[in-house]
Amino acid sequence: MTVRKTGKMRRAAIGGRCLLLTIGTMGLGGCVQVSAPDKPIEINLNIRIQQEVVYRIDGDAKKLIEQNGSIF
Amino acid sequence: MMKQMFKPAIAALAAAGAVAALVTPALAQRDPAYENARAAGLIGEQPDGYLGFVTTPTDAVRKLVSDLNIKRKDAYTRNAPAGSTIEQFAFVTGCNLILKTAPGEKYRTPDGKWLTRDSSPPVRDPRCAAN
Repeated sequence: MTVRKTGKMRRAAIGGRCLLLTIGTMGLGGCVQVSAPDKPIEINLNIRIQQEVVYRIDGDAKKLIEQNGSIF
Repeated sequence: MMKQMFKPAIAALAAAGAVAALVTPALAQRDPAYENARAAGLIGEQPDGYLGFVTTPTDAVRKLVSDLNIKRKDAYTRNAPAGSTIEQFAFVTGCNLILKTAPGEKYRTPDGKWLTRDSSPPVRDPRCAAN
């Protein structure tokens, strides 16, 4: 058996449903916008590198350039 | 009869295609848009192993450089030798890339100035290997 709501009760029930619907819709609209950073990769020369490392990996660097002609 | 003659020809073509597909990545050369931007001095080589903008870039040039730098970072990341960091490998590659710039192309000095490469040796970080 259902109780027929009348007057104030009924209006409150409709208002409540409307409120829920509004909150729900707001939730759908609130997507987080993520965009790729616009800044280019910044130059960073504060690197620590020993001379021994430079000479050890120099050949690898030359090989990398040779084998990836399209990006260098 | 005709069919029999065609078959080896098709096989040869397919084989040539397969060989080309295998060889192309290693021999792949610069995209014309990239080559032109370098030659025009819009972009240049930086000591950190990445490309930089000499002048305020157009959207197309910005995208070109951004894509190439992402690919470079990926290459440095995947190939950095044991016992060296990505930044170290990028730096040493940058030393070589600046050395390889052609006369007329731009490169950046360690103190941030853009210079045009001429016939003289480029101004590089003193930590770079001699050649």
